[in-house]
Amino acid sequence: MAKRIDVSGLSAYYGTHKAIDDISMTVEPRSVTAFIGPSGCGKSTFLRTLNRMHEVTPGGRVEGKVMLDDENLYGAGVDPVSVRRTVGMVFQRPNPFPTMSIYENVAAGIRLNGGRIRKAELDDVVEKSLQGANLWKEVKDRLNKPGAGLSGGQQQRLCIARAIAVEPQVLLMDEPCSALDPISTLAIEDLIGELKERFTIVIVTHNMQQAARVSDRTAFFNLAGVGQPGKLVEIDETARIFSNPSVQATEDYISGRFG
Amino acid sequence: MDITSSTADSSPPARPGAKPGSKAANAAKGATRPGDRIFLALSRGSGLLLLVIMAAIAAFLAVRATNALSHNEGNFFTTFEWSANATPPVFGIAVLAFGTIVSSLIAMIIAVPVAIGVALFISHYAPRRLAAPLAYVIDLLAAVPSIVYGLWGALFLVPHLGGLYSWMNDYLGWTGVFAYHDGAARSLFTIGILLAIMILPIVTSVSREVFLQAPKMHEEAALALGATRWEVIRMAVLPFGRSGVISASMLGLGRALGETMAVATVLSPSFTIGKSLLDPGGGTFAQNIASSFKESGEIGKDALIASGLVLFVLTLLVNGAARLIIARRKEYSE
Repeated sequence: MAKRIDVSGLSAYYGTHKAIDDISMTVEPRSVTAFIGPSGCGKSTFLRTLNRMHEVTPGGRVEGKVMLDDENLYGAGVDPVSVRRTVGMVFQRPNPFPTMSIYENVAAGIRLNGGRIRKAELDDVVEKSLQGANLWKEVKDRLNKPGAGLSGGQQQRLCIARAIAVEPQVLLMDEPCSALDPISTLAIEDLIGELKERFTIVIVTHNMQQAARVSDRTAFFNLAGVGQPGKLVEIDETARIFSNPSVQATEDYISGRFG
Repeated sequence: MDITSSTADSSPPARPGAKPGSKAANAAKGATRPGDRIFLALSRGSGLLLLVIMAAIAAFLAVRATNALSHNEGNFFTTFEWSANATPPVFGIAVLAFGTIVSSLIAMIIAVPVAIGVALFISHYAPRRLAAPLAYVIDLLAAVPSIVYGLWGALFLVPHLGGLYSWMNDYLGWTGVFAYHDGAARSLFTIGILLAIMILPIVTSVSREVFLQAPKMHEEAALALGATRWEVIRMAVLPFGRSGVISASMLGLGRALGETMAVATVLSPSFTIGKSLLDPGGGTFAQNIASSFKESGEIGKDALIASGLVLFVLTLLVNGAARLIIARRKEYSE
């Protein structure tokens, strides 16, 4: 189910502007890796290169290699659509499809991936995914109501259910709690702890306590100045990054001395 | 509750000299500056003027139409004849209503799918360098005067449709509706094709605007699930744009229903409803008014006004239906 991500020499561009420069790192399977760093340091851009969403942006371009076990996502002849079916994503703002019911939202990905599927089987997957996202109990009596009618935190868990319904290898989360209140945030964080048993999880966050709480490894990104590309400063065990980082800039950022 | 009542009670003593209606009392209410008052009078006046003009037009049309209807010896809704200038006058709108609705429907069936396709191509498929000029050309098409379309239809479309009609006759002639008997192609179907071309720009450009506004976050949600470009459109763009496309189509339908010069130029009018849509003949409300207004006497003109009123009601119904469809989808749209 979960695969290792091995990035080497990866740079990403918006037109002629270089957003991230020469990043190499390994993301371990069945673990949570958190990306932290000041705004504009390219951590979201980097996240979006991991499922080839970066190139959807007009002018978006990527150089380098992303190996998912032994397959290069940027290899010749690799279809970005099939990459995104293997590497799921959850966004900053909850974005359930507004015209679809809760049930249809969860089923949306399966209908794309599998094409035809028997109703009973689909019911099963929808229930399993909603349970996996700790949402089943709250919505099981109103599966046919619009997904947009849920609270923000429930919508975000619905989006997680939608993402895991297609059984991806990797789950990318781009600041999944930044639009949520503390209680909903806690619910999502608990969920992340459960999901890492099954998936490789990468999470971008501005909340350092959150990174410390949920992640096994933490990567710190930084940029030299405005207009400069973002770089990976270091990646290490989360406990080590937050207690005894090997680079001074990491310690400065974590202790709030800049950024 | 307590707070508001106490402030209301305490305000008059706070301004001892203020009598009701004086400047100070008005200042508390708001609009007292001369500029405000002038603008209020102007905007309220324009609003009222519009209503008065509308009412005057409606009254005028209703009076004239009633005059004609009281003299009519035929049935206004079922008579297949328009002899409004004869004594006694005999006229009915059956043929006109049929021709108007059928030709507009044909136009919609042809134009709406094409317009949606073109709009999607411009908004989601075409590279930017191509999209902008293409959108501009489409908008330009809407600016061509309808008489130009009419001339093009009469001089080019009519002589060149024979082949298509023979082909349709070969495969669909058995239905009767698409049988073709080698006449000039001045039929309701030709009108439908011409109207389709005429409403294409407006339907396209309104749809395009709606598709461009489809929220990026939902498109990205679909992409991240592994949707192809078409699947993104189906999941995130079309559902969002549905009500907009309906409005666009209704705008187009409105134009098709009321189109006058192009129809009058191309159609060879007759007061019959042919079995086949490909045979020449038929008529529409607007075309009939344009073609026979000049030669009409008093009653004839009033009869044309009556038919115009029917067209007006028809357009109202179409718009009402469109609003109903849009309102019913509200629950699911943002």
